[in-house]
Amino acid sequence: MRLTRRQFGLIAGASLLAPRAMAQDWSAVTDAARGQTVYWHAWGGDPKINDFIAFVGAQAQAQARYGVTLEHVKLASTADAVARVLAERDAGQTSGGAVDLIWINGENFAAMKAQRLLLGPFAESLPNWPLVDVAGKPAVVTDFTLPTMGYESPWALAQLVFEYDTARLPTPPRSLAEMQRWITEHPGRFAYPQPPDYLGATFLKQVLHGVIGDPTLLQSPVDEAVYEATVVPLWSFLDGIHPALWREGRAFPANEPALGQLLADGEIDISFAFNPGRASAEIAAGNLPDTVRTFVLDGGTIGNASFVAIPFNAANREGAQVIANLILDPAVQARAQDPAVLGFQTVLDMAALTAEDRARFDALALGVATLSPTELGPVLLEPHASWMTRINQDWIARYGTVQ
Amino acid sequence: MTVGDRLLRLAPGVTLCLLAVPVLAGLAGTLAPAFGIDPLSGRGAGLSAFADLWDWPGLRAAVWLSVTSGVGSSLLALVISLGVVATLIGRPGFATVQRLLSPLLAVPHAAAALGLAFLIAPSGWIARILSPWATGWTQPPDLLILNDPAGLALTLGLVAKETPFLLLMILAALPQTDADRRLTVAASLGYGRVSAFALTVLPALYAQLRLPVYAVIAYAMTAVEMAMILGPTLPPSLSVQVVLWATEPNLAHRGTAAAAALVQVALVIAALGLWRLGEAVGRSLLCHAARSGWRAARADLALQPLLLGLALAPALALTAGLAGLAVWSVAGPWTFPEALPDTLTLQTWSRAAPGLWQAATTSLTLALAATLAALALVLACLEAEHRFGLNPSATVLWLLYLPLIVPQVAFLPGLQMLALSAGAQGGWGAVAAVHGVFVLPYVFLSLSAPWRAWDGRIAVQGAALGASPRRIFWQLRLPILLAPVLTAAAVGLAVSVGQYLPTLLIGGGRVETLTTEAVALSSGGNRRVIGTYALLQMALPAVGFALALALPRLVYANRRGMGTG
Repeated sequence: MRLTRRQFGLIAGASLLAPRAMAQDWSAVTDAARGQTVYWHAWGGDPKINDFIAFVGAQAQAQARYGVTLEHVKLASTADAVARVLAERDAGQTSGGAVDLIWINGENFAAMKAQRLLLGPFAESLPNWPLVDVAGKPAVVTDFTLPTMGYESPWALAQLVFEYDTARLPTPPRSLAEMQRWITEHPGRFAYPQPPDYLGATFLKQVLHGVIGDPTLLQSPVDEAVYEATVVPLWSFLDGIHPALWREGRAFPANEPALGQLLADGEIDISFAFNPGRASAEIAAGNLPDTVRTFVLDGGTIGNASFVAIPFNAANREGAQVIANLILDPAVQARAQDPAVLGFQTVLDMAALTAEDRARFDALALGVATLSPTELGPVLLEPHASWMTRINQDWIARYGTVQ
Repeated sequence: MTVGDRLLRLAPGVTLCLLAVPVLAGLAGTLAPAFGIDPLSGRGAGLSAFADLWDWPGLRAAVWLSVTSGVGSSLLALVISLGVVATLIGRPGFATVQRLLSPLLAVPHAAAALGLAFLIAPSGWIARILSPWATGWTQPPDLLILNDPAGLALTLGLVAKETPFLLLMILAALPQTDADRRLTVAASLGYGRVSAFALTVLPALYAQLRLPVYAVIAYAMTAVEMAMILGPTLPPSLSVQVVLWATEPNLAHRGTAAAAALVQVALVIAALGLWRLGEAVGRSLLCHAARSGWRAARADLALQPLLLGLALAPALALTAGLAGLAVWSVAGPWTFPEALPDTLTLQTWSRAAPGLWQAATTSLTLALAATLAALALVLACLEAEHRFGLNPSATVLWLLYLPLIVPQVAFLPGLQMLALSAGAQGGWGAVAAVHGVFVLPYVFLSLSAPWRAWDGRIAVQGAALGASPRRIFWQLRLPILLAPVLTAAAVGLAVSVGQYLPTLLIGGGRVETLTTEAVALSSGGNRRVIGTYALLQMALPAVGFALALALPRLVYANRRGMGTG
């Protein structure tokens, strides 16, 4: 989705006006939030992220102006929280729900929004919203081509980057065609997570973006009439590399952590992740050798944003908004971007920050393996969610049940 | 009839109600979406969910995998555990086996699987230790060892995890079989060790072991964590596919998941039917061998090492895998092909320390509450059965074991709906009650056979000397059966500590236990963190099992006939 300069102006203008209109309301929100305990349901698989959420909790409690207690409910899968809200709705529980805040994006968001399970709009009334870089980072208001309409608030940007160990691979392939050649010339040294895993599906979308004749097709829902013909190049790309994949494509890693582990164990030479700072953070944590570096493909890689959303029946909805706002605080965002902490890319607009806040970001080291914003290149927007569903389905039919 | 007697008489009915209500609610929650009754699907009632399942190209392979790995691993685990007992009973090594048992039993399934995976993977510990000096590998070879299409790695993992459980069940049941005297008689008639065990002890033992074996089969066929880590993925086993469908973010396959869960239940029932046929065949073979007078004294020479070898392989694999995780929990950088990490650090542990104490306390409190309640109910049922001559029908038994054979992921949403409608959500009590639903069947199946096999002549003697039924229960039966009672409690404790989905769903995420923390963390695949939590998660049940084995020996140190062998 490309916005015109005029549309940007309108959005930016509207978002500047909104906080002033909401200022009165916001003090009502913070008053109601005081003393609330917010249950944030978020994936708990990464100790670094868990520590960061604990830090946000400490901030929410320490800052006298909030007095909100944050509890991180650690999930193995975001779907568990979605199922919880769904069960509450089915049981007729329209208030006092157990989930106050969910870390969410993509299909989960689309499903919850379609089922009217979300509270909102709230994001654009947050006092820190004007700091968000809506113009420069359109992914913060567009989740898989679905306008967020203020039903979720962004907190980190992600972009697909490839990771490799310079000790084993001096010059990595830089384009899809080079990558295809490299994989077939180095059998067993590349893998991707098994779709419908999120990262695996992202790899398929990245390939599709590169091999499809007209990538703008991806921004609208799948057109069944031309779908089959459109995706032929994707399948021929995959048919080409599968015999040369790790385990000859007879087994696939389960998800991003499993793929990262294969790189760490030396089972593969190129892996990829949805966080440009992951490699640096993993090097800092001692999980990857310090010779690991990252690269992107010429023409750009897929990027999106992580969001927080509030269920329609959240018991502590005011507290949840306070947390959503706090995560947009420049100091908190700068901490998330610190490669020693998370290495997540901020959603804020540097130009909108005060000099003092900008200095927090300028002071950050990039991280030994992290690419600079220029090196990261263009961000390709996520295709419409129907593409992911359709391609996953076909992938499973073609490759998922071969045995 | 006293008030106590009347209450006791009600016990079986009350227990069944306590189990039946959640189980039936859970099943209704499974049946409804499978037949299209789901507000989300937008489809009318019908069989379209089953049609979707039928159209899934992986169905046959997934079903086949569930059956082969489930039944195959159960059969192997049974043969191994019986073999160990047959070979070692009455020998010094037997006590060692018993001591080793408790920590192995307490290993959480996911941790056991990850430990094994790290051990046998091409970049795993064995390969690291042998590389490059023996193998010449400077980078891991591209070998399909884990996630192999035939499910061999998965079967190995299940065998390693189920053998200790069956061994424990055998040890609890053995005193009721009068094994020593039977074996002595058989040996004096010239029977070999293994054949003497098979012909004289096994028939009495297996009658008590049948229900635990069925639970193992049901568990192995529906296991999720192990199958996810060790099993094939193209397609995965049916139980894993149920989880994948149920947790799909766009919520489109909830009906398919429910339909597959019902197919899974039917599969388990069919496999148990098949197993029963196998039992009949085994019985007639044994009878034939007994009538033929086949003593097989020489067969011991070959059989004993074979059985011990079979038993050692999974035990060693499990232990080494866990040791690997333990090393990871203190490891600095550790790359292939280093046999050990370059540096050691306590960073992972110090990171995990905050909040650990509270999670451990919650786990223990929940487990104690659920286990004590389940134990009291089971004892009341068994005592009522004995005193009033009640006989549980087959239907009742099936109801009792339903929580064990219905895949949790399909059964819990219905249960959650019930808890939410009843307003019992997020509370500690509701979570303990749901743990009870899963703990009770295990306590019952661990305890019922040894309890029923108790020599009733002791009670007759007591009654003849003027003891009341109450006194016979408290002063004769319970003390004599202390070992199986404590074992059942330890099993219950371990089952409760291991619950993930029930704790999360019913507790609404507000009841934080070691397992909810551990499972969330292990979804990130970080071996260091997994190692830390696996060790801690083991610690609680391990203490329970150790107590269950040690206490009876301490209490009855002065009574030779009341030991555990």
